[in-house]
Amino acid sequence: MSERFLIRGASVEGGAIRDIRVEGTTIVEVGAGLDAAGARVIDADGLIALPGLVDLHTHLREPGYEASETILTGTRAAAAGGFTAVFAMPNTSPVADTAGVVEQELALGLAAGYATVQPIGAVTVGQQGERLAELGAMARSRANVRVFSDDGFCVWDPLIMRRALEYVKSFGGVVAQHAQDPRLTEGAQMNEGSVSAELGLAGWPAVAEESIIARDVLLAEHVGSRLHVCHLSTAGSVDIIRWAKARGINVTAEVTPHHLLLTDELVRGYDARYKVNPPLRREEDVLAVRAGLADGTIDIVATDHAPHPAEAKSCEWQAAANGMVGLESAVHIVQRVMVDEGLLSWADVARVMSRTPARIGGLATHGTPISAGAPAEITLYDPSGSRVFGTADLHGRSHDSPYLGTSLPGRVVTTMHDGYLTLDDGVLVDAETVAAHAARVATHRVGQSGAAPGARV
Amino acid sequence: MSTRTVLQEADIARALTRIAHEILESNRGAEGLVILGIPTRGVELAQRIAALIAGISGAAVPVGALDVTMYRDDLARNPTRTPHPTTIPEGGIDGRVVVLVDDVLFSGRSIRAALDALQDVGRPAAVRLAALIDRGHRELPIRPDFVGKNLPSAKSERINVRLNETDGVEEVTIEG
Amino acid sequence: MSALTHLLDTKTLSRERALAILDVAEDMADTQQREIKKLPTLRGKTVVNLFFEDSTRTRISFEAASKRLSADVINFAAKGSSVSKGESLQDTAQTLQALGADAVVIRHGASGAPRTLAESGWISAGVINAGDGTHEHPTQALLDAFTIRKRLHGVASRGRDLDGIAVTIVGDILHSRVARSNVWLLHTLGASVTLVAPPTLVPQDVSAWPVRVEYDLDAAIAQGPDALMMLRIQLERMRAAFFPNEREYTRLWGLDDARLAALPLGTMVLHPGPMNRGLEISSAAADSARSTVLEQVSNGVAVRMAALYLLLAGDREGER
Repeated sequence: MSERFLIRGASVEGGAIRDIRVEGTTIVEVGAGLDAAGARVIDADGLIALPGLVDLHTHLREPGYEASETILTGTRAAAAGGFTAVFAMPNTSPVADTAGVVEQELALGLAAGYATVQPIGAVTVGQQGERLAELGAMARSRANVRVFSDDGFCVWDPLIMRRALEYVKSFGGVVAQHAQDPRLTEGAQMNEGSVSAELGLAGWPAVAEESIIARDVLLAEHVGSRLHVCHLSTAGSVDIIRWAKARGINVTAEVTPHHLLLTDELVRGYDARYKVNPPLRREEDVLAVRAGLADGTIDIVATDHAPHPAEAKSCEWQAAANGMVGLESAVHIVQRVMVDEGLLSWADVARVMSRTPARIGGLATHGTPISAGAPAEITLYDPSGSRVFGTADLHGRSHDSPYLGTSLPGRVVTTMHDGYLTLDDGVLVDAETVAAHAARVATHRVGQSGAAPGARV
Repeated sequence: MSTRTVLQEADIARALTRIAHEILESNRGAEGLVILGIPTRGVELAQRIAALIAGISGAAVPVGALDVTMYRDDLARNPTRTPHPTTIPEGGIDGRVVVLVDDVLFSGRSIRAALDALQDVGRPAAVRLAALIDRGHRELPIRPDFVGKNLPSAKSERINVRLNETDGVEEVTIEG
Repeated sequence: MSALTHLLDTKTLSRERALAILDVAEDMADTQQREIKKLPTLRGKTVVNLFFEDSTRTRISFEAASKRLSADVINFAAKGSSVSKGESLQDTAQTLQALGADAVVIRHGASGAPRTLAESGWISAGVINAGDGTHEHPTQALLDAFTIRKRLHGVASRGRDLDGIAVTIVGDILHSRVARSNVWLLHTLGASVTLVAPPTLVPQDVSAWPVRVEYDLDAAIAQGPDALMMLRIQLERMRAAFFPNEREYTRLWGLDDARLAALPLGTMVLHPGPMNRGLEISSAAADSARSTVLEQVSNGVAVRMAALYLLLAGDREGER
């Protein structure tokens, strides 16, 4: 039995104060002074209502690396961070390069129920960069894959990249490139610059990212296709995207919260919590990507949530794994670095963390403005106050966050997915309840549409 | 807390002169002597005693310094100590009569360390000990051969030796 | 001056502390001239040589230093040990702690590993970095500075720094922890440093380093340095396109007989060893009176004795 909700007095995308009525999986009414009429009232006084956040770049690790994270634990972390949809990167084991694996991921996400899990398919078989994977089969599968990436690895062979860009045109897909020239970054450990020179760590030069992006935007232009650039991190990369867009090239780009805030100076203590790919860059790069996000050159924020077990980070730098978890901290970082500094409004946050990622990924049921008839994907956020971020705030399996012990602003209060709560007044709803809701919604959907069970409707 | 001067410049000079005479008397001359001061102030005192001996006997006597830091038994109980240089005069100490010189003889542990240090430097014929002040409270069976002044004291009292070269004044005071 | 808790690098080594180590090393060197070279100072202390990279010379040097101070030495070589079977640095360290190590001398292939070890809380022992990746090798730089000072001032070395001395370092700067440690320490002691290398072997951004960079070795020699330090060139670099081949490297950056003759009379030649005779340094240069190679080895023991003394002799608990 679904609950009906009345969210009372929320500032919609930071603007007008409205009441929002939800029934079933839909927002049925948005107005002022609405009558509760038996619905559960959620007092949203002082809170901002955003369309449920959408992460275009998450590592859920399942299948294969369940010690780090599972689809269940990763989507719980997502819900705690205000996300209602996550795009799952394919560097699993086995790699998500067939319809079978992506459909399994879809099913696990639907069963868990905390968020929409939209699988990303690998570009090449096993992400080896040699042969195209069955992109068409993945697109036509129940998982309806539209975004393809070899993330973790660069699609380096220019011919393979060209073919992939051409091929996905047939089903409106997009190739999301992890831009890293492997020859220029062999054994690389951190950004190449004055800090790496001093620390004796092999450098990862900015040009290794920029040269691939430059090549790929020109390829996308040449074959008339769409390109997405993952985790853009350098000032030069921002300049290239700006140039490409001015030229009319169909390219989008994402930046991670950590690249909006942290620099390579943090590597000085050899604390492997700061080890990530692409690496933390210079102060000039951080300022450039902030400006790029503010002026729209960079389209979205994506977390690149990368869980790792403790032993993969509590060791010497060279032996440590790359990556940080980021789902629970993302919107707080964006508030601190962009909103509180006047670079983005909350409406912009809705654009870069919900509407645009959903559009790029082709997810029609997310990122829609909060209005009557829209799917009930809503995040309620309290921008006031600040709290020290601790392990209690991490709900995934891994604790590799660089923000532990840092003071971050704001609080995600409520996350609503498919018309039911996954996060209720700052507390995750238990898995059994969420799974029951998800099953109920699925059955209802099947009944309504006549589609096969488990299909995306 | 009060401070009392027990020796003034002239007293120190007289004490050292007497020690120099006593060394010559017990050694029956200056032959075979090597004077080694224990840093810090023992080094200056050793220089003076050697000069006095040379003045009295007409014979130059080798003089040097013997640092005992590395041989102390209380290193781990205290903050790290900075060692001082050890200079053994040419000719070494083998078969010689070494006269160790220290400013204040107290527990005897520094001298014990000095004997261990000497053992690693060579094999003297004999080792004698000259101290400007003997304040008692020995913890080891060590006794001086030549003493400037016996100064019975309470363990809690502090005996300060100040010399011109290191401290700009010349006096021995007792504080407590 | 506060106690020496760890010796991880020369970048953060103050001038005061560096001189303290060099001056204590003078005293240690003196004891090494005696018939009985042993001191009782660190009796009862346990020093573990934790060497994850092969290095007989440095390990033997630390072993000699520890034994001359009467410490007990445990050698842990990674090859064939539990580490080669995948044991983590953490587990290895905690095993040593359980064995009662007072000091851990660590050589590791990963830059930063000694720092990670020292700050991890896994062990309470003092950590001495015997070389970490391409980052630092502080005792090497200290023995190099000791050697230069000794050659310049002889028995009057105590308390002296290297103010105004010009040192030129030649070789693979990019991959050299010896170069980095020397750059920081020489600068701290007042020396001026020139680096000479092919452009491919200089880090991309050394603008913040207190050095002059020169690609032409002959031009650098014409400047008349007081000390010329030749670094070992590894032939693997050739395969990674850092320079075309050995012949070209020797022709352009090797200390051959012609360059040896062009050096000012007083210039000393250092090499951390092991040497590639005929490659970065000619045999004549290596065996000449200018060469300090053998003194560097014996000075290394004295400097390491000083480091161990300052790390272990005092009250570590009280000074923490």
